[in-house]
Amino acid sequence: MARYPALLFETLFMIDSSWLTEFPDMSRRDLLAIRQTLDSAYRTFSRAYGQSIEDFFNPLLHFLIWFEDLLIQTPWWIVLAAIVGLVYAATRSWRLCLGVLASFLAIGYFGMWEDTMRTLSIITVCTILSICIGIPIGILMAGSDRARSIITPLLDIMQTMPAFVYLIPVVMLLGIGKIPGVIAVVIYAIPPVIRLTNLGIRLVNKETLEAATAYGATATQRLFGVQIPLAMPTIMAGINQTIMMALAMVVVASMIGVKGLGQPVLKSITNQYFTLGLLNGLAIVALAIIFDRVSQTYAKRAQRHMEGNDNG
Amino acid sequence: MDNNRETLIEIEGLYQIFGEEPNDVLPQVKAGASKEDVLAETGHTVGLRDINLTIKRGEIFVIMGLSGSGKSTLIRHFNRLIDPTAGKIKVDGENIMALSPKELITFRRHKMAMVFQHFGLMPHRNVVDNVGYGLSIKGEKKTDWVPKATQWLDTVGLAGYEEQYPSQLSGGQQQRVGLARALCTDAEILLMDEAFSALDPLIRSEMQEQLIELQENLQKTIIFITHDLDEALRLGDRIAVLKDGKLVQIGTPVDIMLRPADDYVKAFASDVNRARALSVQTVMTPSTEKLDANTVKEAKANFPQDKEYVFVFNNEGYQGVLTKEQATTLDDESPLKDALHPVPSVRKANLLQKVIPLSLNTRFDLPVVNKAGELTGRLEARKLADVLSPS
Ligand SMILES: Nc1ncnc2c1ncn2[C@@H]1O[C@H](COP(=O)(O)OP(=O)(O)O)[C@@H](O)[C@H]1O
Ligand SMILES: [Mg+2]
Repeated sequence: MARYPALLFETLFMIDSSWLTEFPDMSRRDLLAIRQTLDSAYRTFSRAYGQSIEDFFNPLLHFLIWFEDLLIQTPWWIVLAAIVGLVYAATRSWRLCLGVLASFLAIGYFGMWEDTMRTLSIITVCTILSICIGIPIGILMAGSDRARSIITPLLDIMQTMPAFVYLIPVVMLLGIGKIPGVIAVVIYAIPPVIRLTNLGIRLVNKETLEAATAYGATATQRLFGVQIPLAMPTIMAGINQTIMMALAMVVVASMIGVKGLGQPVLKSITNQYFTLGLLNGLAIVALAIIFDRVSQTYAKRAQRHMEGNDNG
Repeated sequence: MDNNRETLIEIEGLYQIFGEEPNDVLPQVKAGASKEDVLAETGHTVGLRDINLTIKRGEIFVIMGLSGSGKSTLIRHFNRLIDPTAGKIKVDGENIMALSPKELITFRRHKMAMVFQHFGLMPHRNVVDNVGYGLSIKGEKKTDWVPKATQWLDTVGLAGYEEQYPSQLSGGQQQRVGLARALCTDAEILLMDEAFSALDPLIRSEMQEQLIELQENLQKTIIFITHDLDEALRLGDRIAVLKDGKLVQIGTPVDIMLRPADDYVKAFASDVNRARALSVQTVMTPSTEKLDANTVKEAKANFPQDKEYVFVFNNEGYQGVLTKEQATTLDDESPLKDALHPVPSVRKANLLQKVIPLSLNTRFDLPVVNKAGELTGRLEARKLADVLSPS
């Protein structure tokens, strides 16, 4: 009896022992078959629905083009005045306005005005899209543990999957251009705003929320009157991170035909133009710093009464 | 306390069990398993077990117990912030467990207001917007509720703070805002969950006094939670003592002090300086028997024959005490004022320690008058002595 297991082991061992030294992977032929099936299925899908999906995104494309043209074709000093005006309205800080003015003047002086406007337009659109899609998803997540347990791993994948990988199906579906660029940027940049909306709402002081309920607030009144306002500092931090990540995607997006500051950088890499790369890189950095400071100052100004409160 | 006030809230056989499957655990709890056993065997926490109580219209009903005894859990059932595992809750004869979600919102908007331990104010709304919150979510126009909110702020002593934000106020001020917010809705029932526990002793005592004074005019039904017997005795018309989710005694402050139901209550009660803990309202005998008179002649004509002495009032309020003997011997034309004994009046909210010397200085009962100067009761020296002598 006692010998039986050993015997069995020996038999198995003798039949085929290669799995001990080499991973028992599937045969190349099987793998190829899987790849071919999936690829061709996707290709059929994109052939069947590519057009309608493209139509779906058409209004967005028109808006993108319109906005970019607006920024580029309006005389530079009007655009600059508008930007500085916006910054002042949001922050009430002359120092920041001065910094913004100087940065944009330098950018223009070094001949990067048009590219900067293109980048500015696509980043603005991507940020607005991320906010419009991300905040409702974050709210959904905060309201249901089930939704959270489904969405969290998806966000993890979106943030860790190399951008090039999800560019492939997007490009297969929609070709090269602005829309695939926007989709790629949004996929990469949207997780922080979702995560922090969820977090901010979950961290809202329990007693304050209870007070709203006790006084007879409906779910909608609680959401818009208490949860979102109190979560705002956290949501703003998420938006800020989203903008930063969108800017970080500028170069990658330029690989699929998004014009702007990314393309000269790409060109500099392939041709080893150090100065060109550096200048455009600095312009991206300047945009990032401006977005960051302005959004943070705005957030602080809007939330100045909440200091010292548990919702931080 | 007159006992014939009508019942406003009724709770019957209320159980609350926290955990995944409370209904499976309920029979075990009903059979009497202890909180520890239930937790060890099933992982469920017994929050409340078999709570039965009735609260009368217009009283201050205090629920007292140590931390973790289930006070917050219990008070959250009154407006259904928590739904019970089993049991009935009736408010004004209406079974509130049967309310639809929509009806529940209406019920919360009109029937009850709540004050929270850590104030529960909205940091992004200024003080006046906080006070008007209840009215604003009802859909009342801002131009209508701002004057009301301002008025209530004035009542709680915060006039001029309308535009401030909660973070700019001290704890005591924040809780006054919380109180004003509750009063502003005109709800008949006030739920106060350890409303004064987070405040410094001095501020706390001020707030207690303010609450008693407000209550004199408002006559709300107040359910007040505290872990502090001093506070319970001072505020409560009746007190319910909660231990491990179970009611161990319901009674008047004097009942709790003089006739504790078990050792748990006794331990609480023995720790208390009664003169500092009890207020006049717990000892006084409600009565409105007085003599309205401006002249000796009137006083003689209206003197109640069955009384040895009376409290004399005129349109300026309380004047003094007139004895039967005086009423028969006085000269009709002499000024009434000179004949009266200058017995001081006291207020419901006064602590006993303040009125003991007054009572010792006179052979008469002390009249209890309210803010408006009307007689609401009498304080008898014998009762005072009864309450103060250790049992
Ligand atoms: N949501 C909950 N889930 C599980 N246990 C709870 C919950 N709320 C309260 N409890 C438990 O119920 C008991 C009573 O709590 P609580 O009503 O807050 O006490 P108190 O207000 O008297 O300090 C405690 O043992 C507490 O741990
Ligand atoms: Mg509590």
